[in-house]
Amino acid sequence: MASTRDIRRRIRSVKNTAQITKAMQMVAASKMRKAQQAALAGRPYAEAMNRVLSSLANRVGSISHPFLEKREMRRPCALVISTDKGLCGALNTNLLREVGMLPKDTVFVTAGKKGKQFVARMGRELLADFEVKDDASSYKIKQISQFLIDQYLEGRIDSVSVFHTRFVNTLVQKPERNDLLPIGRLEKLEAGTGPAEEGVIEADANLQYIYEPSGNEVLSALLPAYIHFQVYQLVLDAKASEHSARMVAMKSATDNAKGMIKDLTLEYNKVRQSGITTELLEIATAQMAMA
Amino acid sequence: MAGKLRLVVVTPEGKTFDDDVEQVVMPGVEGQLGILPGHVPLLTAIQPGELVLKAGSRGDELAVGGGFAEITGDRVTILTDMAVKPEDIDEHAVERALESAKQALLEKKAGPEAAELMALIQRSTAQLELKRKRRN
Repeated sequence: MASTRDIRRRIRSVKNTAQITKAMQMVAASKMRKAQQAALAGRPYAEAMNRVLSSLANRVGSISHPFLEKREMRRPCALVISTDKGLCGALNTNLLREVGMLPKDTVFVTAGKKGKQFVARMGRELLADFEVKDDASSYKIKQISQFLIDQYLEGRIDSVSVFHTRFVNTLVQKPERNDLLPIGRLEKLEAGTGPAEEGVIEADANLQYIYEPSGNEVLSALLPAYIHFQVYQLVLDAKASEHSARMVAMKSATDNAKGMIKDLTLEYNKVRQSGITTELLEIATAQMAMA
Repeated sequence: MAGKLRLVVVTPEGKTFDDDVEQVVMPGVEGQLGILPGHVPLLTAIQPGELVLKAGSRGDELAVGGGFAEITGDRVTILTDMAVKPEDIDEHAVERALESAKQALLEKKAGPEAAELMALIQRSTAQLELKRKRRN
């Protein structure tokens, strides 16, 4: 049986760990609130934009735009939005498992260190890596989407799918694949995030719209804006997932440490008690031997 | 429905405005656009500038960035990357941002960054103009 000193030392070290995980849990919780709010704030915009786009697509009729054309799939590209740091439970593992199942010829663009490391380890082709901080402005994120759009228009990649972790609620985050480019059927666009808001007026196909400057010009301005916004929204969603997952992971780590301290304290007391009992026995025996 | 327009202004950061109004004047790419209830359905791009709305005797203004406006008979939806109320505009901060953006633009003449800076300058200018007009 371990000596009381060993057990004391272990209790102390577990206590320190618990303190650290507790602090990390607090930090993650405050970041989580902010990130969740930001992710939810974009939803009305997403719905409005999808509605405008689908109603536009219903009316303009045959539209030709490079974003809408299906190409031969030679070089599919995947944007992987992962986290920079670990300690967030199975978040990255779940996401990267999906990514690992992609065909061999996929090229990658990553946001977040974990995804980048994964791509390097798998020996796949990495086109670019972007750093996305917690307080990333829409301008920073726009660089990612602009890069993807440029690559796509130059024909270096033939499709773009985004892998990120969808924020469902604080306890549940789901890895998800979103096909960004080419944009599938515009008519069928749904608000990709969450249930549709009540009171949203369904696009009425009978309305005859006027376009200013012209239908095609409005559309070709609207489509890149749509792509930019989608990426922005997905990044915010991934951030909300990251901080939620980290908070939950750190909370369970703190709870485990507390349980461990309890067990160790019990063992410590047992060892101490048996030590005392042995000593008493020794004294009693010595006394009896002397008498 | 008569006499009322539902104006909704949304940005990626959230809903800025959602209420009934009687008239909206917005900065379309091809000039100022006045919208009254019963306007023909219209979809247009808008540029950074002022959005003026009237509801009853009350008038109100918003500084908006580039984006899109969808108008159906009784509903106006504005999608923009910025929408600020005059009282929320910090003139000095905007002036500083404008100055540093202009400085940065001198160094970068082309490319996506320059375009982004131009947009920032336009947005800042729109905010400043609205603020100054309000004061005079």
